[in-house]
Amino acid sequence: MSRIDVQKASSKGLKELIAYLLESGRVSAVFSLRKDSKTGSYDLGLITEEAGMETAEPLAPVMIANAGQVLSSFAPPAEPIAVVLKPCELRAFIERAKREQGSLENILTISMTCGGVLTRDRVVSGFDSDKVGDYENHCFAGDIHPETRDTCKACEYFVPMNADITVSMAGQEDAGTRCHIYLNTDLAREMAKGFGPDPAEEDFDSSITEGLASKRAAEKERLYGAVMSGKGGLDAVIDTFGKCLGCHGCSRVCPICYCMICDFESRNFDNDMPYFEKELEQKGALRLPPDTMFFHIGRMIHMSFSCVGCGQCSDVCPADIPVASVFKKVGEQTAAIFEYVPGRDIEESIPVMVFKEEEFTEFID
Amino acid sequence: MEKKFVPRITSFLCTWCSYTGADLAGTGRMQYPTAIIPIKVMCSSRVDPVFILKAYLKGSDGVFLGGCHPGDCHYEVGNYHTRRRFAIVKKVFELLGLESERLRLSWISASEGPKFARVANEFTEKIIEMGENEAKKKIFL
Ligand code: SF4
Ligand code: SF4
Ligand code: SF4
Repeated sequence: MSRIDVQKASSKGLKELIAYLLESGRVSAVFSLRKDSKTGSYDLGLITEEAGMETAEPLAPVMIANAGQVLSSFAPPAEPIAVVLKPCELRAFIERAKREQGSLENILTISMTCGGVLTRDRVVSGFDSDKVGDYENHCFAGDIHPETRDTCKACEYFVPMNADITVSMAGQEDAGTRCHIYLNTDLAREMAKGFGPDPAEEDFDSSITEGLASKRAAEKERLYGAVMSGKGGLDAVIDTFGKCLGCHGCSRVCPICYCMICDFESRNFDNDMPYFEKELEQKGALRLPPDTMFFHIGRMIHMSFSCVGCGQCSDVCPADIPVASVFKKVGEQTAAIFEYVPGRDIEESIPVMVFKEEEFTEFID
Repeated sequence: MEKKFVPRITSFLCTWCSYTGADLAGTGRMQYPTAIIPIKVMCSSRVDPVFILKAYLKGSDGVFLGGCHPGDCHYEVGNYHTRRRFAIVKKVFELLGLESERLRLSWISASEGPKFARVANEFTEKIIEMGENEAKKKIFL
């Protein structure tokens, strides 16, 4: 592994590297977060000219959409591009690629050790640079910013697992004045050739992320304890998801819900009049629209083992249901029975696509 | 007199093995409970795991899944996939604190009439012990 130190703030240093890649023609476009200078709002964009780099904010602590999901809609590109993804977005992209929606071909992946992203409220209600400054102070010190998403506070996979390039942010004390860029792969070294000072042969020093890792582990324990108020059972599930409006926003923004037509939005499970009559006869009342629990538990069964815990589902939920906390907790366990970690390795098959001849006998009577 | 609880057990049976096994139990005049409500499927792997969930949330007291023994699947590997999916459903039920014991998967071949009758009796007994599925009374599902 090699490392380049640029004597600039991290975001500046990374922008310079990206501009260099564009200018030298090694990539034809850059996929990154951008900031509109007039409105101050963020979006995701493809930038093809160096001039456009002004709007790029590759390290901003926001997630407009899970960029892994967005990227999968146009990958693989015809010519090489550079993409900047948060670690969970990169894992989501790999999960999509496993489902043949996207491919790593022609893509240079850039990620960062991640301090988390701010919640929707924090982003929507005006976003001045003080907030970013405050966020960065926490991030560089290896602290959890109080206004990041719940699942970010509890995120253990904040060091990218398989990025070509990693920018050191979380716990990197001098990241405000120095940009530490790690070139993890041959592709990265090839692409960055000629940029900045000569790279030093050096491995990523994981001791700088240890502090944050243990804070997050404690936070995760707390979060998991709070899921469904610490109780289980049908009533607790109903208490948690009972406020659901049925908008299906959570599944639309989920990078793992890759189905072109969602089973739960199809007519497969429509109820007809006799069903309603029978239900009313039995129960005396009926909640409409029906099938709320069916949707949530069904989604858990279909995809939780691939949940990357990005928190996007909670962030968009108009009913403030902690969808992501539940999915992250459940997903971790459904993945664990297959010793699976979503997005860890593109060669690792999705658990429901493969099997072993001898396994899970404990589930069969 | 208190009414005796007769559970309803939605049973997805693979046409090549468990369904034929059930048939054999019938033609052999082996007794098994009326609680078993058979639904014939072409393969146990035809059962999307959300069918199991749906049956549970709609108030089935038990959900039974019958497939061919590993290695005997008519489609070669269908039942291996069933097993993985069933493991996920069981796990999700456990994690949410739902009664995962109401779900059962068994391998029963076409020649195992007696096994079918035994499993049907056993499972029904267990469900009677557990009592009614509380989902039956919830309006919120
Ligand atoms: S879930 Fe983890 S990797 Fe994703 S934005 Fe939050 S802290 Fe970063
Ligand atoms: S986003 Fe919230 S309200 Fe909408 S379907 Fe999901 S949980 Fe329900
Ligand atoms: S379920 Fe929620 S947290 Fe998990 S990958 Fe989907 S959007 Fe992200």
